[in-house]
Formats: sequence, C-alpha cells, structure tokens
Amino acid sequence: MPKLLLTFLRRVGTSLIVLFGVSILIFGIARIMPGDPARIALGPNATQQQVEALREARHLNDPIHEQYFYFVRELLHGDLGVSLYTKRPVTTDVAQFLPSSLELVFASGLLMVVLGIPLGLLTARYQGRWPDHAGRLMSVIAVCTPAFVWGVILQLLFAYFVPIFPIEGQLSSAMKPPPTVTGFLTVDSILAGNMPTLANALYHLVLPALALALAAIGQTARLTRSSMIEIYRKPYVEMSRAYGFSERKIATRYAFRPALIPTLTVLGLDFAALLANAFLVERVFGWPGLSRYGVEVILRKDLDAIVGTVLIIAALFLICNLIVDLLVSIINPRIRLAEKRAGS
Amino acid sequence: MSARPRSAALESFRSNPISLFGLALVAFCVLAAIFAPWVTPYPTHVGPIGDFAAINAAPSAKHWFGTDTIGRDIFTRVIFGYRLSLTMAVLVLAISVPIGVVLGLVAGYVGGWVEYVIMRLTDVFLAIPPLVLAMSIMGFLPPTLTNAMLAVTAMWWPWYTRLVYNVVRAEAREGYVLAAEVVGASVPHILFREILPNCVPPVLTKITLDIGFVVLMVASLSFLGLGVQPPTPDLGSMVADGAKYMPDAWWLTIFPALSIMVLVLGFNLLGDGLREAFDAEV
Repeated sequence: MPKLLLTFLRRVGTSLIVLFGVSILIFGIARIMPGDPARIALGPNATQQQVEALREARHLNDPIHEQYFYFVRELLHGDLGVSLYTKRPVTTDVAQFLPSSLELVFASGLLMVVLGIPLGLLTARYQGRWPDHAGRLMSVIAVCTPAFVWGVILQLLFAYFVPIFPIEGQLSSAMKPPPTVTGFLTVDSILAGNMPTLANALYHLVLPALALALAAIGQTARLTRSSMIEIYRKPYVEMSRAYGFSERKIATRYAFRPALIPTLTVLGLDFAALLANAFLVERVFGWPGLSRYGVEVILRKDLDAIVGTVLIIAALFLICNLIVDLLVSIINPRIRLAEKRAGS
Repeated sequence: MSARPRSAALESFRSNPISLFGLALVAFCVLAAIFAPWVTPYPTHVGPIGDFAAINAAPSAKHWFGTDTIGRDIFTRVIFGYRLSLTMAVLVLAISVPIGVVLGLVAGYVGGWVEYVIMRLTDVFLAIPPLVLAMSIMGFLPPTLTNAMLAVTAMWWPWYTRLVYNVVRAEAREGYVLAAEVVGASVPHILFREILPNCVPPVLTKITLDIGFVVLMVASLSFLGLGVQPPTPDLGSMVADGAKYMPDAWWLTIFPALSIMVLVLGFNLLGDGLREAFDAEV
C-alpha cells in the first residue's frame, strides 16, 4: 500500500478517536449540568406524569453509561434524536440549516485565500517599505476585530449610510427561491438556470462573507508574509537572483510554493474559526444558517439538538483538517519524494 | 525557547514603535479600567438608571460617545465594560494557564500512555471551535458572569498544554536536563525547576495575546445573549442591544464595537512585540 495512503488512513483513525472523545465530552456536558432536561423541554405547566413519561421515553432514568450507549447506538443509525424546539429529527434540521452556513463559510474561505495570500505576498515583497507597513497594519486590525464588530461596521457603512448592499437576509423577499437540490442557494440557482436569483443571492452574500472573512484574511496575510520572508533568506532564492531571474518570477514560482505549506496548515484551523464566527455574523445579518439554529436551541436547552449541532461542527472541523493534511503532503516535495523513494 | 538573552530582548522591544504603541494602548485601557469610578464622567450610569433628560443623545462634548435608550453615558459604560472584560480575562487565564502548563509538562516529559491520554484529550477539546464549546456549556448553565467565565476557562487550557508540550519535547533532550537526571534529581524538580523556566517566554507571550482574545470571546458570548446579563455594562451585549437601533442611533453600537477593537488591538501589538523580542514560537 502506498505510504501516503497509509499515513492518511492513520490520520482518519486518529480523527475517529477524537470524534469519539468529542461525543463523550459533549454528551457528558449535556447530562452532568444541573436541571431536568425533560422538565425544561415540557415547560413549567407540564404535569409530573408527563415529565416522568418523557424521562422514561428518553432513557433519562437509566445510569449515565447506559444513556451514552443508547446515544451511540442511535448515532450509528444516523439518528441524532428529536429537537424539542422544532419537533423534528435533528438530522432534518441540520440538513436544512447547514447548507446556508456552509455557503457563507465557503464564500469567506474563498475571500480569505483570494485576498489574504496576495496581500501577504505583497507585504513580504516590499518588506520594510510603506506597502508592508500599510498591509501589516490592515492585517493586524482585521485580526483583532471580532466578526460581529466587522458585521455591524460593514452593515452601518454599506447597507445603512451608503445603501449599496442589502441589510440582512439571504434573498430579497420579492425573489422566489429556486427548488432545493443541494440547499446551497447559489448552486441551486445555477442548477435552475435562474440568473436573477443567483445575482440576488450573491449580492446578499457580499457583506456577511466579508465580515466573516476579514479576520481570516488578516491571519492568512500575516502568515504568508512571515513564511515568504523566511524563504527569501534561503540560499536558493539568492542563487535565483544571481542568475538574474525577475523578482516576480522568484516570488511567484520559487518562493511561493514552500511558503504555502504553513499557510495551508493553518487554513484548517481558520476554517474552524470561520464556522464558529459564523454564529456571530449570522446573528448580525439575519442569516438563516446552522448558527441561528444553534443559538436558538441553546437558549431553549434543547439537549439532543445541542449535542447534534456540536457533533456536526466538530466532525466538519476534523474532515477539514484531514483534507488540509492531505493537501500539505501532496504539495510538500519532501513528503512526496520520500514516498516515491519508499515506493520504488 | 528563548534564543536571546533578556537584555537583547528588551532592546529589541524598545526599538519597535509598533510594540510601544501596543504597550501604550494597553496601559491606557488597563489604567482606565482600574480607575473607572474616578475617571469616568458619570459613574452612576453603570446600573440600570440613567439621565432621562438626555435619552439617545448623539455624541457631544458632554457625552463623548453619546447616550443610550435610557440616557446612560456610553463612554462611562464602555470604561466599566473594560473593567469587567479585563477582570474576566485575568481570572480565566489565572485558572486555565496553570492547568494547561502542568498537563503539558507532564505529557511532554513523562511520555507513554500518560502522554497519549493528555494529548488526545487536548485534541478533543481543540476539535470543537472554542466559541461553540463555550456556547454549549453556557447552554446548560444559567447565564451568569461566573458561568461564562467557567465556560471560557474550560476551553482555554488545551492551547497551553500543546504549547508547553512542544517546548518540553525539544528541551528534554538538552544537556542540562540529562545532567539533572544523572545527578538523580526528582521528576518534579526537573519539570518545575529545570524545564519550566524555559517555557516562560512563550507562555508569557501567549498570555499577553490571549488577554485580548479572552476579552473577544467573552464579548462574543454576551453578544449572542449567552453571557453577562443587564444592567452590568458589558461590551458584547452593548453592541447587540445597540444594533436594534441602527442606523439612527448608530453610536449605541459603533462605540462599544470600536472599543473592543482597540483593547484587543493593544494586547495583540504588545504580544507580537514580545514574540519578536523573545524570538518565541507561540
């Protein structure tokens, strides 16, 4: 078996162990915390009998390890329980709300790469001169500002004072949403061939995606800058200069690829930050995503829904890190070459 | 690892105007927070009662940041918000840093199954985005100050475990550790007297950076309505409450929002300066 695949499978194994740990942790938090979940679910007006019936139905009277066993058994059947708030299976709820959140996170991730990496290259190229200072100042301010602060600032400036973008929502109310295929509004619009809806959805996406992305853009720019500078000090870059290669070619061909490795590694972590910060940005822009659902169920102490939402987010994060690991080992010649040698 | 002697670190820090600017911002915010009752113009506006004659007043010489819906001076409340945020940040780090550091020392030095259990446990905690974990803990607890603090503490220690673990792994092979082992020093002696001092620069740097980030996390929680409850002046809930009155009373939101930015920026610039000065990997 190729070594790369073997390493990858080992990582998958570790991730599954971690996910198992996450399920114990979040299940433990949900069960140890004070308050009777059945009583909370039914409200103060329910009779003691009703509460007792629900406790029985949800195995709440059994010892905690048995409860966990039931939980895992249902989980393996793809069942995350029933939300007491929406009265629907948690998986149905997540399937409905997750695509909107992911659409926002993906759009931000795209902005992070498309704007962050060039900004980093630019500041590294002009190290110590004014584009560097300006770029670094912008990055550090972007990193230090919570996503919801960017949200309200952007909303105030570009939706209220200078109304170029919509204040909130995912689609104008006059627009008819496309038939749901993937749940991603933009993708569904393309599939339905409905260009006005697509344009409208993208138009609604700009401010929230930017608010969410700014901190990550700053982070990416800072990281790209520092790894580029490190690589500029390497002898082979000096050699390329001595050979008379243009600065542009050195920056984009020879220094960029190795500089990308640490950036890529951190992208996985940044993705987690984006998922979490989506909670804040969705709140500002009234975005109908998983985060809004998450806050709603947390405020209502909806046990199964909370556990399900957190598990899904953790799983997404682990999957994302696996993909990043794989990309890094493909892009890193040392790992790739080591594998080739081992294979021959 | 501190690659530079202390005097060189100080020199590097001093010659960097950006780090000094960060230090100035931090000093300003911290001093204002400590002396809040004396430096703010309307210290009584901390509670639920304001000046009903001046409701929703725009920023002016009398009220620098304007007043809120019940006539409380926003500048005053922002400074008291700093006081609350900084106190919480210090308490959160005072609990989570020692836990994280000790676990990191033990995992890095002892190795074996102890290492495996501790490091997988940190992986578990780090696999959930911090805000989401803190939110779910808050979901099961009443939204009080102490609980918000506990929720943030519970998710903060693993970062220090991972940081210290990496330092220890590098240091454990150094000659001085070997020498101590040969002489027969006890494990606690080696951990706390020999290795720990070398963890100080990166840990201190991370603490400086983290004060800003804990403030940000607490503000995020209360922005979602899961943290501090009114009438306690809190930056996050001020932003959330003010957002309802956009765009007419924009100062209700924008000034608390900008003050979070200033505070976090200060600690970040200071932390970055320390990182460069100590040449520490954080």
